[in-house]
Amino acid sequence: MHELEIAQEIVAIVNDHAAGARVTRVLIEVGKLAAVLPESLRFCFEVCVEGTSIEGARLDILESPGLARCRGCGAEVVLDQPAGLCACGGADLELLSGRQLQLKEIEVI
Amino acid sequence: MCATCGCSDNSRPRLTDLETGLAVPLDEPAEPPRAEHLRHEHGQDRPRVGTTISIETAVLAKNDRLADLNRGWLARRAILALNLVSSPGSGKTTLLERTIRDLAGALPMSVIEGDQETLHDAERIRAAGCRVVQINTGAGCHLDAAMLGRALEQLNPAARSVVLVENVGNLVCPALFDLGERAKVVIVSTAEGDDKPLKYPHMFRAGTIVILNKIDLLPYVPFDEAKFDRHVRAVNPSLRVVRVSATRGDGLSEWYDWLRAAAADVDATVARADL
Repeated sequence: MHELEIAQEIVAIVNDHAAGARVTRVLIEVGKLAAVLPESLRFCFEVCVEGTSIEGARLDILESPGLARCRGCGAEVVLDQPAGLCACGGADLELLSGRQLQLKEIEVI
Repeated sequence: MCATCGCSDNSRPRLTDLETGLAVPLDEPAEPPRAEHLRHEHGQDRPRVGTTISIETAVLAKNDRLADLNRGWLARRAILALNLVSSPGSGKTTLLERTIRDLAGALPMSVIEGDQETLHDAERIRAAGCRVVQINTGAGCHLDAAMLGRALEQLNPAARSVVLVENVGNLVCPALFDLGERAKVVIVSTAEGDDKPLKYPHMFRAGTIVILNKIDLLPYVPFDEAKFDRHVRAVNPSLRVVRVSATRGDGLSEWYDWLRAAAADVDATVARADL
């Protein structure tokens, strides 16, 4: 549900940077562990851009993987959700990346 | 109409002070400026045609900045703020009522209530003898740092006190929005099932302590305590579990000890900073 507020934030930041130019593309990075659903974000984005200089812009979502280090054996573990098991059986994982929710770039004409 | 749940647009966030009964609208998210307006206002700054502009900004940077301001505001007053999160019906408000009554006089407390609608919970807290303000989020599914900032201003809690923030009943969205609190207290009840930590790993990951409420119902509900502990450890090995019955009183002293220790810790941090 929070995707709507996130989409509103994105639209506000894009508008600040576009300074009135028409925006044709918006690139967002969403980590696998960010608790944000790309499809839901896309839907909310479409709703939020209506009537703005971003209307019609393509939303590209770069999904980055979740990565953690096992505090037990030090191995790196790839994660799809913020919990999981290392191959050694350890559950004590330090999240290294995957929580990104980053507005990376926009294209304007 | 709200794109998320179809509710009407007039359900805007607002803040009610239970003492005065006055309700004020909370700042709404700014409407995205219209293209014409932007061209008119900023035409001279327009970027070159066909350009890629690198932005590299965290989408929630504004909330995080406001949360940091709240954190600073609280720290300067040595106030312990806790963000209570759970699904609807876990017994957050009952736990708060009981905590307020049991610790009255021992630990100065006030409450910020968050719900989509109604003043019901705030009225219960007030009846328990505690200063309270209510945030109604309207269409919103969580509290954010801006709402908390406004609520703190209105609440005006005493220095060296505890502010308990009851978030909107929702185990998903509040995990993402830092309010500036010291810790998230996750409340879950036995009737909800022992697999809650696995179903909502983001929230259990973000929490510092989990309160397992309604243990008086254990004889009547299919809840495996050992399994629950295992699931908690799988998601967040450092999460502490406290078992309570907020209605019957079991286990509450352990929760109170944790609360007092956390408040003392805030005090000690401030005292060190003063040296």
